[in-house]
Amino acid sequence: MAAPVMEAVEALESHLHPTPSFAIDDHPYPKGQEEIWRFSPLRAMRALLTDAPSDACLTWAESYPEGVTTRVISTAEAQLMVAEAPIDRVSALAAARSGGAQVIEVPANAELTEPVSITLSGTGQHVWGHLVFSIGAHSSSTILLRHEGSASYATKVDVLVGDGARVNFVSIQDWDDDAVHGGHHSVLVGRDAQVRTVTVSLGGKVVRLAETAKFAGPGGSLEQFGLYFVDAGQHIEHRLFVDHNAPHTHSNVDYRGALQGEGARSVWIGDVLIRKVAENISTYESNKNLVLTDGCRADSVPNLEIETGEIEGAGHSSTTGRFDDEQLFYLRSRGISEAEARRLVVRGFFADIIRRIGVPEVEEHMMGAVERELSVTMGSYA
Amino acid sequence: MSTLSINDLRVEVATESGPKEILKGVNLTVNDGEVHAIMGPNGSGKSTLAYAIAGHPKYTITGGSVTLDGVELTELTVDERARAGLFLAMQYPIEVPGVSVANFLRTAKTALDGEAPKVRTWVKDVNAALDRLGLDPSFSARSLNEGFSGGEKKRNEIVQLELLNPKFAILDETDSGLDIDALRIVSEGVNRFAAQGDRGVLLITHYTRILNYIKPDFVHVFVNGRIVEEGGPELAENLEVEGYERFIKAAAAS
Repeated sequence: MAAPVMEAVEALESHLHPTPSFAIDDHPYPKGQEEIWRFSPLRAMRALLTDAPSDACLTWAESYPEGVTTRVISTAEAQLMVAEAPIDRVSALAAARSGGAQVIEVPANAELTEPVSITLSGTGQHVWGHLVFSIGAHSSSTILLRHEGSASYATKVDVLVGDGARVNFVSIQDWDDDAVHGGHHSVLVGRDAQVRTVTVSLGGKVVRLAETAKFAGPGGSLEQFGLYFVDAGQHIEHRLFVDHNAPHTHSNVDYRGALQGEGARSVWIGDVLIRKVAENISTYESNKNLVLTDGCRADSVPNLEIETGEIEGAGHSSTTGRFDDEQLFYLRSRGISEAEARRLVVRGFFADIIRRIGVPEVEEHMMGAVERELSVTMGSYA
Repeated sequence: MSTLSINDLRVEVATESGPKEILKGVNLTVNDGEVHAIMGPNGSGKSTLAYAIAGHPKYTITGGSVTLDGVELTELTVDERARAGLFLAMQYPIEVPGVSVANFLRTAKTALDGEAPKVRTWVKDVNAALDRLGLDPSFSARSLNEGFSGGEKKRNEIVQLELLNPKFAILDETDSGLDIDALRIVSEGVNRFAAQGDRGVLLITHYTRILNYIKPDFVHVFVNGRIVEEGGPELAENLEVEGYERFIKAAAAS
């Protein structure tokens, strides 16, 4: 009798998360009180939540290293080639209405020295999109997915990482001020695979990404880094869920954000579920928010659900605050002006994340972007 | 001729039960070429003196003055005081994650000089200063004070002292927590700085140990927020034998 009970326990979905599903009806139009929607600007996201057809596409600029292939699959085929079914209405609509998915494949055993680079840019259109990255077993690659321009963009992105593969998946949201971007990035970490994701959200009126990850077998390692810089009137939301559904897996989440200007709003949700089967795992999640001016709001909610005590370690931390007076005093006591000291602290705060991107010109570009953001409230860099 | 002059300095801090006076009228003059040691028991207010002069926001100056070559420091911001020629080596240097030692040093040097140091000579100067303090050149790539051992933090303060070369340096318990080798290396750095002849040093310490390596010209005993006795190096030797007991009793009785 014991076995069925165990199965029943394992079948339970975490109470924090809706059941993934391709059926749009499983994701009703939110009222705003739902756990997953209570922080989100529903009015600004209306186009992403409304089931209306659109054939529009973003403009693609791609650079694929030799060996990388790409093809389009049907919506039905795409449902069989995902890391996880859509977790919310935006991604369910994106998967259903995108007219199929674009698949980008890194072959097994490939050692890519150049990044797979895709830049998606918009000119104000409404787009449903679905991308599938299939990362072959034992390959090594960096994927750069950039978003620019203006759009109303609902997306489903799946990253299927084969056994033993090493991948660095970088997603940059560098939209114009009026863009609205929502969706679901899901990662399936293969057995013994090493996955790093870097999510950088700088521009856009609204960016709301659910980032989920789970494991296809034991031994996988997942690092997720994030950086966001939120200006007046901007809403940037990252909702992470790491599902430790296999033993001997490892995860580390580190998201850092800065907020400045009236109505700047960030939301970070960091959920980790350690299932009964997931013995000997370790996980840590951290979110730090630096509030640069009055009128900002940062919500930061880490959650750990632990169903087994047989783990190596699990922890989380969340801090939201203004500048550390002691840091500023120390720097200024060496003659560095207050504005310059603040700039140093913020750059230092983000430098740790930016260096994880692993593509020097993108790292430089991102430091420059942080610099420009800082000049909004701190004056231009002398 | 350069002078740091502290006159009837009064300082208070905010506490839960209201403001509390820590410095109760401090008078002290340090001329260039002089090394002064301030010695006192825990809680006497000697660190408060250092931080108040440097402009730490926690301390409120309620009376008196601090001038450096006639410039009233208490009316200046923290960074303006540094640019006026003041340096404070801290007892607990602060970690600044993501800011490399090299970047920090270059930024500070640029702020103090009003122009960026010449690239070629500067890197050489930094590496030489690190070497003198027994630190590897790779040290400059590390995040400022992050993960440094206690000894590395103190050495890094003296690297800054040598490279930024202020007119006056206040060293707040630079000797605390150092093993004997580190104490010797750090002391040599301070002595090199003082040996220039036109720099002033105010050495704040709880112990007499560092005075075996750095010879003060003047020793001041600091108890209960003010200087209670002054003398030459022999006063430190006296303290080594007798301790602070006599001064604490006298201060309590007065």
